[in-house]
Amino acid sequence: MRRRVAVTINGTKHEHEVEPRLLLVHYIRDVAGLTGTHVGCDTSNCGACTVELDGHSVKSCTMFAVQADGTQITTIEGLAQGTALHPLQQAFWDEHGLQCGFCTPGMIMAAKQLLERNPNPTEQEIRVGLEGNLCRCTGYHNIVKSIQAAAKVMAPGAERKAPASVS
Amino acid sequence: MAISQMVGASIKRREDPRLVTGTGSYVDDLPQTALVYMHVVRSSEAHARILGIETSRAKEADGVLAILTGKDLKPEFGAPLPVTVCFVPDKKYPNHYPIAIDKVHYVGEPVAIVLASSRAAAEDAGERIEVKYQSLPAVVDIEKAIAAGAPVLHEELGSNLSYDVKFAAGDIEAAFKEADITIKQRLIQQRLIPIAIEPRGVLADYKTFANKLTVWSSTQIPHFVKVWLAVILGISESNVRVVAPEVGGGFGSKIRVYPEEILTALASRRLGRPVKWIEDRNENVKATHHGRDQIWDVEIAAKKDGTVLGIRPTQWLNLGGYCSQFGTFQVLGMLVAQGAYKMKAFDGRAVGVFTNTTPTDAYRGAGRPEATYLIERVMDLVARETGIDPVEVRRKNFVRAEDQPFTTLLGLTYDSGDYTITLDKALAMVDYKALRREQAEKRKQGKYMGIGLCTYIEICGLGPAAPTQAATGVSLWGMSVVNVHFTGKATVIIGSSPHGQGHETTYAQVASDVLGIPVEDIDVQHGDTAIGPMGMDTYGSRSTALDGNAVHISAMKVQEKARKIAAHLLEAAEGDIVYENGKAFVKGTPSKAVTIQEVAVAAFQTSRLPKGMEGGLEATTFFDPTNFVWPFGAHICVVEVDAETGATRILRYVAVDDCGTRINPMVVDGQLHGGIAQGIGQALFEEGVYDEAGQLRTGSLVDYLIPTASDLPSFELAATITPSPVNPLGTKGIGEAGTIASTPAVMNAIVDALEPFGVKDVAMPATPQKLWQLMHRNGGTKR
Repeated sequence: MRRRVAVTINGTKHEHEVEPRLLLVHYIRDVAGLTGTHVGCDTSNCGACTVELDGHSVKSCTMFAVQADGTQITTIEGLAQGTALHPLQQAFWDEHGLQCGFCTPGMIMAAKQLLERNPNPTEQEIRVGLEGNLCRCTGYHNIVKSIQAAAKVMAPGAERKAPASVS
Repeated sequence: MAISQMVGASIKRREDPRLVTGTGSYVDDLPQTALVYMHVVRSSEAHARILGIETSRAKEADGVLAILTGKDLKPEFGAPLPVTVCFVPDKKYPNHYPIAIDKVHYVGEPVAIVLASSRAAAEDAGERIEVKYQSLPAVVDIEKAIAAGAPVLHEELGSNLSYDVKFAAGDIEAAFKEADITIKQRLIQQRLIPIAIEPRGVLADYKTFANKLTVWSSTQIPHFVKVWLAVILGISESNVRVVAPEVGGGFGSKIRVYPEEILTALASRRLGRPVKWIEDRNENVKATHHGRDQIWDVEIAAKKDGTVLGIRPTQWLNLGGYCSQFGTFQVLGMLVAQGAYKMKAFDGRAVGVFTNTTPTDAYRGAGRPEATYLIERVMDLVARETGIDPVEVRRKNFVRAEDQPFTTLLGLTYDSGDYTITLDKALAMVDYKALRREQAEKRKQGKYMGIGLCTYIEICGLGPAAPTQAATGVSLWGMSVVNVHFTGKATVIIGSSPHGQGHETTYAQVASDVLGIPVEDIDVQHGDTAIGPMGMDTYGSRSTALDGNAVHISAMKVQEKARKIAAHLLEAAEGDIVYENGKAFVKGTPSKAVTIQEVAVAAFQTSRLPKGMEGGLEATTFFDPTNFVWPFGAHICVVEVDAETGATRILRYVAVDDCGTRINPMVVDGQLHGGIAQGIGQALFEEGVYDEAGQLRTGSLVDYLIPTASDLPSFELAATITPSPVNPLGTKGIGEAGTIASTPAVMNAIVDALEPFGVKDVAMPATPQKLWQLMHRNGGTKR
C-alpha cells in the first residue's frame, strides 16, 4: 500500500514510503519534522498550513503527500537566511503583525505569494488576497500594515534587497 | 527611581522572532518519543442513554493499545470536573465527569477513548466502536427547556432550571411611575463558537515509578489545571507539573479544566507511556465550550428629556448540557449592566437553564459584552423614542467625573474615569455633525448610512481577593518573582499565562524601568507550574493590572535590597543612596556609583553583605489590589447598508479607549484591533445554530463564519490616559474592551441606517438576508 515520495523541502531532499492517504501537511510536520506549518481546521478554510510548492502557494492540507512527489517546497522554516529574517518576517515583527503566532507561518507564506504576484498592492488588494487565511487575534489591521511595509522593502530597486528565497 | 523609559514605549515583541520563523512550539509541535495517540469517540446523540459500547472489533484493529469507556474510568475519578460559584452560590448542577458514564447530554460529549500507536490507527479503530444509544427527546432552546413537559436532562435536579436569582436595588416601581416613556425590548445574544486558530491539545506523561505527572496543554490556566489534576487523579499536587507552551489563542475557550486533560493523564498512567491528543476543528466546534447564548429581556423607564430612571433586565442563560467550570460567569453581565450611567433603580433577574447543547462558558468579555450590548441598546432605544440624539442621551445619563469613585446601585465602585473625554475625542475624530449631515444627504439618494455609538465601561483586573472569593469562589491576585542573577541579568516569573498578549515583552519593560537592567537582559518566564509559587493565570483582562503590577512591586523590593547593599559597599547611610538607571550612588556624587551588576555580585559573595543580611537578590509578590479596574471608552462605527443586497459595509471604525497607563501602546492597540474584529464578528457573521434534535448545524468553518481580512476596515484608534488609582503602575485592562464595545457600536449603526424603514432593533448577526428582508418587508416602502 505504501508509496514512495521524494520532495525537496527548503533545499533538503526528503524521500519516504508513505500511506497514500497521508496529507502533505502531515508529511511536512510528522515525517519531515518541520512543525512551523500548522493545522487549524479540516476544511481548508484557515490557511495555517500554507506553504509554497513549485512557486505556488498551496494549503498543504488540501493535497496528499504523494501528489507532491517531485516538487520543490518552501515552508516558513525556509525563509530566513541564517539569522537574517525574510523581509516579510521582519515586517510582521516590526508592525506587530502577530499575537499568538499560530496563523502567522501560513499568513506569511500567503503574503509572499501575494507580493510575488502583485509587488505593489493596495490595501484592498491585500485584504482580498488574504481571504484564505484566518487570524483571530489581530483583526488583520497590523497584518495588512506588515505586508505594506514588506512590499516597500521587497519592491524592485528598493534599498534593502530582499534575500533570495531558499527554494 | 529612574525616570520611566520603557513603560510607554512601543518596543517590538520579544516573542516574535521564534513565532515568525515557525520555531515556537505549540503542544502538537513538542518532540516526544514512544508516543501514544488518543482519539475521543464522541456522542452523535444530543440526549440518550448509553445501553452498551461494543469495542471488540476496534480492539482487534492495528496499533490499538487500549479502549476505555466511562464505566472503565469512573473508579479512577477522585472528583467530578470542577464547577465554580461564579455569582450564583445556590445554583443546581449535576456531577460532570470527563467522559459520559451512562447518559449523554450533548453532541460531542466523550463516550470512549481509543489509545493507539498513531493518530490514524486511533481514528480508524474509533470508527469500529459501536455505541448503542436509547435516544431521548432533546431540547436546545432556553424557553422550551423550562416549559412544562420539557425533557429533563438531569433527572436528579428535577427540572432544567439551574437558578433563578434577583439582582435588584432602588425603587423600580417608583421609577416606572415617574416615567414618561416605557420601552420593552428583547435582545438576543446568539451562541458563539470561540474558534481560537489553534484548537486545543494535550500531551500527558506519567512516570510510573516516580509517580510524577507532566501535562502540556493548550490552556489559559495551567495553575488551575495542576490543582484539579491532582484532586481528580489523586496525585500529590507536588508531583504534578502543567505546562502551557505556545498557546494559539484562547479568548476564554481555554479557561477551564477540560475532560481531555484528565483523560490523557489517566491513559498515560494506565499505559506508562506519554499520551497525546490533538483536537481537530470538527471536534473543536463541539468539544470546546461555546459563548454567549442568552436572551435579555429589558423594560426601560425613562423621561422624555432622555433621562433613564431605571431598567428591569432579565438574563436567560443557556448553560448547555452541564454547568461548565465558569459557566455562570456570564452573570457578571447583570452586575455591570448599569454601564457608564446613573439611574435610580435596577431590577435584574438572572435565570440559567440546561439544554442539550455544548456547555457555554467564558468567551472574550464573558458577561460584559452582553451587559454593554444591553445598556448601549437601551440608550439608543431611548434616543429613538424621545427623538433626542444618541450622543445627548448618553451625556444626560453619564456618571460624571465629579461622581468618581462612583458606586453603582448593585454596590460596585468604579475606580476613576471621565466618560466625556473619550466621547468628545471620538466625536471630533469622526466630525459627528458633518457625518449626520452626510447621512441626511445620502438618505435622499437612497443610500443608507448609519452611525452607531458605544460608550462603555468595563470591569477587569480580576481582582481583589476578597470580592472575587465571595463572588466567584476563587481568590484572585497577581504573582511575580524577580530574581537578579550573579551577572546582573534578571529572570521574571509571572503568575499570568499569556497566549498572544505579549507579557514577555511588557513585563520586561516594567522590571527594566525599576531596576535599570536593559530589557534584553530580563527573561520573563510563564506558563509552567514548576517555576514560581502559584499563578492565577490569564483571562478577564486581568494580567497587567495584577501580575504586571506584581512585577513592579517585586522589582521595587529588589531595588530596596540593592540600595541597602550599595550603601554598605559605599560605606554610606542607606537614606543617602539614590538609585537611578541601574546605578546606586550617594546623593550628589553619581561618579562614585555601584552598578546593579556589582550589587548582584556582592549579593552572592555573601561575606560582602551587611551583617545579618541573607544572600541573593530576589523578591516574590502576591499583589492584592484594593479594587477592580474600570477602563472606559467611546467607539463610533459608520456603516452603509446596501438596499439592493442587504450587505453591510463598515465605512469607518473609530475607537477612543482609556485603559490607564499603557506599558506598550503597540501591544494595547493590537489587543484592541483583534477585540474589535471579534465583536464585529458577532454583529455581522457569527452564530452557532442547533437543529431541534440537538445537532450542530454550524459545525465547521464553512458554516460558522469568522471575519476575514476583506470583511474588515482598518481601525482608527486614539487614547486618553486616566491612570487607575488602585495599582502602582496605574494600569487597567484592554484584552476584551474591543469586543465589548464593537458589537453594540456596529448594531447601533445598522439600526440607525435602517431608521427610514421604521426598524428599531435588528437581531444579531445582521446578515444581508435579514437586513434585506427588513428593508423590503412592506414592499420596500419606508416608514
